[in-house]
Amino acid sequence: MTGAPQRIVIIGAGQAGGQAAYSLRLGGFEGEIILVGDEPAPPYQRPPLSKAYFKGELEADRLFLKPLDYYAENRIELVTGDAATAIDLPGRQVALASGRQLGWDRLVIATGARPRKLALQGADLDGIGELRTLADVDRLKKLGVPGARMVVIGAGYIGLEAAAVGQQLGLKVTVLEAMPQVLSRVAGPEIGAFYTHIHREAGTDVRLGARIEAFEGVGAVTGVKLADGEVIPADFVLVGVGVLPNMELALEAGLMCGNGVVVDAAMRTSHPDVYAIGDVAWRPLVHYGREGRLESVHNAIEGGKLAAADILGKTPPPLEAPWFWSDQFDLKLQTAGLWTGADERVVRGEPASRAFAVFYLKEGHLIAVDAVNSAPEYIVGKKLVAAKAKVAPGELVDKSISMKDIGARASN
Amino acid sequence: MPKITYVDSSGTERTVEGKNGMTVMETAIKHNVPGIDADCGGACACATCHVYVDPAFSDKVGKPSAMEQSMLDFAENVKETSRLSCQIKIREDLDGLKVTTPESQH
Repeated sequence: MTGAPQRIVIIGAGQAGGQAAYSLRLGGFEGEIILVGDEPAPPYQRPPLSKAYFKGELEADRLFLKPLDYYAENRIELVTGDAATAIDLPGRQVALASGRQLGWDRLVIATGARPRKLALQGADLDGIGELRTLADVDRLKKLGVPGARMVVIGAGYIGLEAAAVGQQLGLKVTVLEAMPQVLSRVAGPEIGAFYTHIHREAGTDVRLGARIEAFEGVGAVTGVKLADGEVIPADFVLVGVGVLPNMELALEAGLMCGNGVVVDAAMRTSHPDVYAIGDVAWRPLVHYGREGRLESVHNAIEGGKLAAADILGKTPPPLEAPWFWSDQFDLKLQTAGLWTGADERVVRGEPASRAFAVFYLKEGHLIAVDAVNSAPEYIVGKKLVAAKAKVAPGELVDKSISMKDIGARASN
Repeated sequence: MPKITYVDSSGTERTVEGKNGMTVMETAIKHNVPGIDADCGGACACATCHVYVDPAFSDKVGKPSAMEQSMLDFAENVKETSRLSCQIKIREDLDGLKVTTPESQH
């Protein structure tokens, strides 16, 4: 590691990159901060894109993480509409698409992820889009006029949130999911079955185990063809089938990469003066004794804070159990932890009441909770997940025992 | 425009102009008022925009919803006057509202 940094360059101006800049200033860093993003907008919240913003309830500037004058007042040079194109590690430079070269003492890679594309015939037709940026949603909003037929491919958080908004906007919505349940990557079968029911009840045609063969149309999409020959008519298609980390620059620069840029607990890459944070980072998941990539607000904020603390030689903030949320119709799903590897699931409350929780245990320890309209289950569950606490399934299932008491009785 | 005063844990006051319909949390962010993290951006999902409402305004501000109350039940340093500022929408009759931020949101 070289001496005290004078200039820190952050490439990627999303929630993680923005947080790194804010935390560096808040932590007392006096040198130069340059925050480079390829989108025209300053750092903004992405979660509302598939919710209130798609629904038309929020103006774009209400999504901004900080008002525009914040950056000048805090001497953060915000470069928008310009992308990093190459990282030179030995020369300590970053090249931008505009031709600008930026020298750095510390570099933070916060380049995020991009939606996966489907390699299918017709995938480049007009009217087939994804949902990652403000510009993506602005396009969708134009297509989402009442009565329009929207086909959503992929029943993850984004696909289902957009499907819920679609119903509320008066669209005719079909959801095509390749797996036998919705939300299969992030939640167990009870949550999947519940949300399938909710969306069907709202009028959405939810197809599980769907096999898509091609997109139909000339110039613009008119339908989605399934493997059994059926064609589902579409005025537009939203593809939400996961993301790929934007790690090419890091890889070309020689930084260690796997399914993301590999970092240590302090978010340092294989180069001691280069950090990677947010969706692009392959980081230790301390609550699980393994590594992985997280795509979430929590991960973006925590990574930004960790990198800033390490650069400034400060004590890192305490690590939270991963947390997520999803708003669909009047339902708030709050998730703490990662359910993969669970050997037992306990349902607390009745799904039919639209307020219930699923606890995921592994060898008696709570590893995750999905709480639908059930804040106590979420909050206590989150603390227990972070503590890797042992919880008795018989207590979890018993609604006469409060979450407060369950939390107090849990042991490590 | 209703004026909102934010008091930090050391007693420093900052008064800013709010806009009807925006939340007390958003107004703090927009005016660079420190002490409110609002990690989730106002989705009532994280409880990091916790404030104490001046008792003189308790009735006008009203009671938290069931969801907000449960989030507050488990937050740190909760008092009777605690609210999540992302759930308080600014209205004309909240002019002069004073809220105090806790020492830490985590």
